[in-house]
Amino acid sequence: MNAWPFVIAAWALTLSASVIVAAISWRAMRRAETETERPKR
Amino acid sequence: MDFAGNLAYRVHVTTLHALANPARFLKIAKPLTPALFWTGVALIAIGAWAGLTQTPPDYLQGESVRILYIHVPTAWLGMGGWSGVAISSIVYLVWRHPLASIAARAIALPGALFAGLCLATGSIWGRPTWGTWWQWDGRLTSMLLLFFVYLAYIALARADAERGGDGRIPALFGIAGSILLPIIRYSVVWWNTLHQGASITLSGSSIDNAILWPLAFTLTGFSLFFGGIVLMRMRAMLATQRIEARMRRLAA
Repeated sequence: MNAWPFVIAAWALTLSASVIVAAISWRAMRRAETETERPKR
Repeated sequence: MDFAGNLAYRVHVTTLHALANPARFLKIAKPLTPALFWTGVALIAIGAWAGLTQTPPDYLQGESVRILYIHVPTAWLGMGGWSGVAISSIVYLVWRHPLASIAARAIALPGALFAGLCLATGSIWGRPTWGTWWQWDGRLTSMLLLFFVYLAYIALARADAERGGDGRIPALFGIAGSILLPIIRYSVVWWNTLHQGASITLSGSSIDNAILWPLAFTLTGFSLFFGGIVLMRMRAMLATQRIEARMRRLAA
């Protein structure tokens, strides 16, 4: 059995999930910190 | 306790209390977040390049051994993440530091993600190597339970926060869930499992160095990446708390 499709699938899944969680976390942090830096109304 | 032990304890507790101050924590976390994150990304990139192109296939597993370079870090972080949840929960219950409660909640999501990735990459590895996607053996089943415990913790912590709880119930759950960690660790010893025993121990490794070395890059890289994600989530939670406090003041 050619194992390369399994290797590629495992790596692609891990890397894409890592990128998604990093993007969501970074966006949430930026949005919340930008909001706190706004002048108080 | 002797003098040195007493001194070490006092230094440890003083550091813990100093870091529990959100302003002091943010002063350290702001430069540390990109440092951990980008160093992690760079090490993962080196590990990926080395693990996919520079190492030979295993004499038994063939090319599927390359899944090891991501499966081991995801397993380590799935279990390490819950250790972080449990330690933060103890710190919260003993010293009542709100930052410890935030740390536990910040760790839970990436911990659940890596536990899920551990199960998924293990399953993908199992198909060409064992001839099956899944086996209800001790290691796989206990890891699946940990994944569900993560999901339960996330739901519980969210419900507790929405209902104005003080975080004690999620913290107790965080400590109780740590019972799974020794079960996962020793499952391959206690039961006759399809999953192999520990290949890497404190006394050495049964994997040849020609195959093993990229694992150091991916293991360190994913750990730093995980740290960066946790800091981002803690900063987001702290900022959200400040916004909510400000809105409450304005509404009063």
